[in-house]
Amino acid sequence: MTKKQLEMKHPYERFLRKERMPHIWCEGCGNGIILNCFARALDELDIDLNNVVVVSGIGCIGRISGYVNADSFHTTHGRPIAFATGAKLAKPELKVVVISGDGDLFAIGGNHFIHAARRNVDIKVICANNFVYGMTGGQYGPTTPLEAWTTTTPYGNIEQAFNLVHLAAASGAVYVARWTALHVRRLTESIKKALQKEGFSFVEVISQCPEIYGRHNKMKTAISMMKWFKEASEVRNFSDPAKADISPSRIIVGEFVDVEKPSYGRLLREMKAKLQTE
Amino acid sequence: METKNKAMLSGQHFMNGDVACAEGAIAVGCRFFAGYPITPATEIAERMARRLPQVSGVYIQMEDELASIAAVLGASNAGTKAMTATSGPGFSLMMENIGLAVMTETPCVIVDIMRGGPSTGQPTMPGQQDVMQARWGSHGDYEIIALTPSSVQEMFDLTIEAFNLSETYRVPTFLLADEIIGHMWERVNIPSAKSIKVVNRKKPVTPPSEYGPFKPDEDLVPPMACFGEGYRFHATGLTHDEYGRPKTDSAEVQQDLVQRLCEKIRRNSDKIVKVDRVLLEDAEVAVVAYGIASRAALSAVRKARAQGIKAGLLRLVTVWPFPDKQVEEVAQKVKALVVPEMNYGQIVREVRRVAKETPVIFLSKLGEEPHKPLEILDALGEFRK
Ligand SMILES: Cc1ncc(C[n+]2csc(CCOP(=O)(O)OP(=O)(O)O)c2C)c(N)n1
Repeated sequence: MTKKQLEMKHPYERFLRKERMPHIWCEGCGNGIILNCFARALDELDIDLNNVVVVSGIGCIGRISGYVNADSFHTTHGRPIAFATGAKLAKPELKVVVISGDGDLFAIGGNHFIHAARRNVDIKVICANNFVYGMTGGQYGPTTPLEAWTTTTPYGNIEQAFNLVHLAAASGAVYVARWTALHVRRLTESIKKALQKEGFSFVEVISQCPEIYGRHNKMKTAISMMKWFKEASEVRNFSDPAKADISPSRIIVGEFVDVEKPSYGRLLREMKAKLQTE
Repeated sequence: METKNKAMLSGQHFMNGDVACAEGAIAVGCRFFAGYPITPATEIAERMARRLPQVSGVYIQMEDELASIAAVLGASNAGTKAMTATSGPGFSLMMENIGLAVMTETPCVIVDIMRGGPSTGQPTMPGQQDVMQARWGSHGDYEIIALTPSSVQEMFDLTIEAFNLSETYRVPTFLLADEIIGHMWERVNIPSAKSIKVVNRKKPVTPPSEYGPFKPDEDLVPPMACFGEGYRFHATGLTHDEYGRPKTDSAEVQQDLVQRLCEKIRRNSDKIVKVDRVLLEDAEVAVVAYGIASRAALSAVRKARAQGIKAGLLRLVTVWPFPDKQVEEVAQKVKALVVPEMNYGQIVREVRRVAKETPVIFLSKLGEEPHKPLEILDALGEFRK
């Protein structure tokens, strides 16, 4: 970077902890796009940052909590949703957002995801799905496509992948959307919607990991991965999430669920109020 | 027992240890409980489920103990006093996030009503088999505080104490009881709300721009900001500097952090440690015991005295940090120490470490029955003149 570029003010600077830069993410990684869209969503909604808590688990994307200029907690691998549940219920006026990886949220933390969705805890979950365990150097995980090469599927992956939007919808989430890191406008809109909705909201972001995933799967660069997103993605708002499996030729994106249901916090408040008046 | 809409009970009550623990927590201001049912700790959860909504608190039954402890840490960082209660199998599941509590200096209370282990072991039988796990169960070097109630009254009193210590030192604090103390019914004297000592975590006095969430005061404990208070702090389980910034390759930061996390407890151990001394003045032989085993020990010591044996009892109310000084002081005066425990030898290792030359007789007990006073008396009998 030139000196002049370094001196330029980033439009979302106030959302970032500048002293933490440079970040740890590789060149071409989609995580920066997710951070950008998240900042833009907060900005456009004019949300008071003092009321936002960002909770993450462990992984490359997990480092995001250290970069946002809000109260933030980098928990243990798999536990951000359970931690966020406690924070939200203890202080309902907070906007609690979990941003974490596919491995963190759906392998080691899968149980917390389905139960938080079932309870309809009022937290927002953004998953960076890069099809792989990035932080540990590229092992397969619950979203790795069949036949993909990873360091622990040296003969090709033989496990079926989770369809995250289907899982979220079936578990009871009130808002479910999927976009790729290429769909920055629509992704930002979905994050905004999730932030405004009452209840468990889930946004999946298909994100490129050229360094650790793409390179070994015939997509050498970020551009080639994003080209795949562009060619394969098909916007189908409110289509059946059960039919939204990701394949090499098709990534169905869009909003899948947007329903109203009282959140756990609301039912809890109502129960307490009833106890007070009895 | 009518409890509706009462922030706190007061006066005399007849209750079991698990219920007394829940009432102690409510009395000291605990307003969040996350747990998963397990014998013999379930009654704590049941009591909290009924009581917390009455005092505008939150009870949530999580999907497992991994989630329970994580939710407790979330609630505590949001500014609420929080606890969980479990037994061996659940305690094992909590270990990783107990380390996160240590590392992020999150106050919380973890109650372990111990049963027989290893594994599923004997769910309805007492044990004292988790005392070493409480001390060392999570990876890395650290210090925690653990209290060992020996009566239903102490289930109430020491739960309060556990919260106060946890808030003072920003450290996970354990209440280690066992199936008998948890399920036993006794009379409990609950003082008025005013006379209960309540300690709250110290808050930052510096403005947010200067605040370091892990920048300690002289007592080595950093003031604690919570979510939504405008400090916009970051906390991580990674090794971090005083501002919460990850420092994963600095030997110096690792050294300073681990040292401080340990020293904030070690250096304050005189203020933390509590023991109960019975008939030790002229004792020639002493029993060192804690929790359920200390009840038979007390009876054995009285019987021994009646037989002319100069016996005394050092009851450990705090097991971690270990009362080195207090045990050593007794060890130097007596001919031998007797240590009864409902395990295969845990705290006795610590006693031997500090007793040095003084012989230590260990009385192990596993399974249904606690030690009988006569079994302990037998050991003391060898010191009859
Ligand atoms: C209990 C535990 N097991 C394993 C690890 C090692 N580990 C760190 S990150 C990670 C996978 C992260 O993958 P993902 O959540 O998809 O995030 P990414 O790094 O791809 O962004 C693993 C297995 C750990 N930190 N803790």
